[in-house]
Amino acid sequence: MNDRAACDPFEVPSTAHALELSHVVKRYGQITAVNGLDLVVPEGRCVGLLGPNGAGKSTTMRMLTAQTIADEGQITVLGHELPGDSKAARARMGVVPQLDNLDTTLTVEQNLVVFSHLYRVPKARRKAAVERVLKIANLGQRRDSKVDELSGGMRRRLLIGRSLIHQPQLVLLDEPTVGLDPQVRQELWALIDLLRSEGVSILMSTHYIEEAERLCDSVTIVSHGSVVAVGAPTELVAEHAGRDAVEIYGSPERLVEVEGEMVKEGFPTRRTGTSIAVLGLDDADGRAPAGERRPANLEDVFVLLTGEEIA
Amino acid sequence: MSAAELEERAPGRLERTAIGGVLVREIINFSSYWRSTTFSSTVEPTIYLLAFGFGFGSLVAVVGGYDYIDFVATGTVATAVLFSSIFPAMFGTFIKYKFQHTYDAILAAPVDTEELVTGEALWLAMRASVYGCTPLLVGLVFGLDPSWGMLAVPAINFVAGYGWACTGVAIAGWLKGIENFNYVTSAVITPLFLVAGTFFPLTGLPGWVQALAQLNPLFHCVQLVRHAAFGWEGWADVWNFAFLIVFGLVMWRVAIAAMERKLID
Repeated sequence: MNDRAACDPFEVPSTAHALELSHVVKRYGQITAVNGLDLVVPEGRCVGLLGPNGAGKSTTMRMLTAQTIADEGQITVLGHELPGDSKAARARMGVVPQLDNLDTTLTVEQNLVVFSHLYRVPKARRKAAVERVLKIANLGQRRDSKVDELSGGMRRRLLIGRSLIHQPQLVLLDEPTVGLDPQVRQELWALIDLLRSEGVSILMSTHYIEEAERLCDSVTIVSHGSVVAVGAPTELVAEHAGRDAVEIYGSPERLVEVEGEMVKEGFPTRRTGTSIAVLGLDDADGRAPAGERRPANLEDVFVLLTGEEIA
Repeated sequence: MSAAELEERAPGRLERTAIGGVLVREIINFSSYWRSTTFSSTVEPTIYLLAFGFGFGSLVAVVGGYDYIDFVATGTVATAVLFSSIFPAMFGTFIKYKFQHTYDAILAAPVDTEELVTGEALWLAMRASVYGCTPLLVGLVFGLDPSWGMLAVPAINFVAGYGWACTGVAIAGWLKGIENFNYVTSAVITPLFLVAGTFFPLTGLPGWVQALAQLNPLFHCVQLVRHAAFGWEGWADVWNFAFLIVFGLVMWRVAIAAMERKLID
């Protein structure tokens, strides 16, 4: 029997943090997927876990539902220690997976009914819970449609709605808008924003910079399983990249030349395809190079701190 | 209603609500595919029964002291139980785990692997309990004499079906690819199916085969069904039933271990 199932009777503890990971390590053979991760989601806040593919985001998400067991470190979710007390934690949180795992041969309503049972919604409240989610996810008109008749955006809305059937205190969103077109992404952002406004604590993994900037109160940037920066998006940008960046365009040889000069001057730089972005210019005075000015952004921060381009 | 309000009771192991949730999912899903499943689960054993009963039965009138059609009708019950539990368990479990990611969704809810496996096996055992009665009903139509003991057949089917369902889940949990199921089907299930006294008595087989057959749960299921129909045989049937119970319990734990290895890393 795995530790995951060893649940003892408990009292719902009070905690200022919806979840907390401390020095968490997860290894798969020689590969360390998560390497000493520290992460906190304060109650009622939306925290973004930002990193490229392979950064350890999904492993972290699985550890929060005890489907992956950490090798080292401590994980506390809604006051419950994992993995031993994970069942109690799972009863109070919702999970939106990266991969669509809806029952495709069932209708929208049937999917919600199934999960109202799995999440132990009392019988007397089940119908109301389903209606509430249909309204939140804006799927009332499609309640009798089979899932495999829905568009990608509708399926995502249903996945998010399904995670809310028991009115959780914490929602884990694993790449909630990956692979969706911009219009659908906007719809989902509005839905996630609604959760934020209702005080639900959210941990959202993403590799979309705009998504993190738009929705997250704070962002934890991870690379190779470790945290490289934590803070509000604007603070991270101000701290690591400054107010503005200057984009300099030119031939590859010219870009190499500029990069060398700027590094010599002590300015951080970032290659962005056909151009090079020079950052950290707040105190540059007259040393700022000529080029196209733009506001520095979170993507600049990410690339500066990790050396990796984000998708 | 909030999640906190739902948490009035402490979660424990093997909770009825968690197993019930898994069962509800299966039952609601069943509404979308019951026709095809019922067709295959009832027509296939019926064909076996008719083919062997009337085909081979025209050559052999009496076997083991029973009319051959009666012998086969009772034997085919166990076959129907086997097929309607182990194969859906093997393929269903693998597909839900590997391709549909259904178990990821269920295990993110307050359900543990132990409850998931138990719920899945219970559901398949219920189905096997019902589908397994088809050959008996067909046999009744073709002259099998009814008896009170036959009322015990659904219960026998349930216990045997639970063990076979757990076996199927365990196989799905241990094997890495769905193509490997062929090895199990050919090397394990087919011999079990043939050496169980279903279509012919084991008395004509070599002694070592008869001894091995004692370890075959299908043999004990066949014996129990046959005795339920034609007359109980006291301690022999207690032994047959006890064997099926132990088989079910052992395979239940094996299935849980296999699925935990698969689902929790």
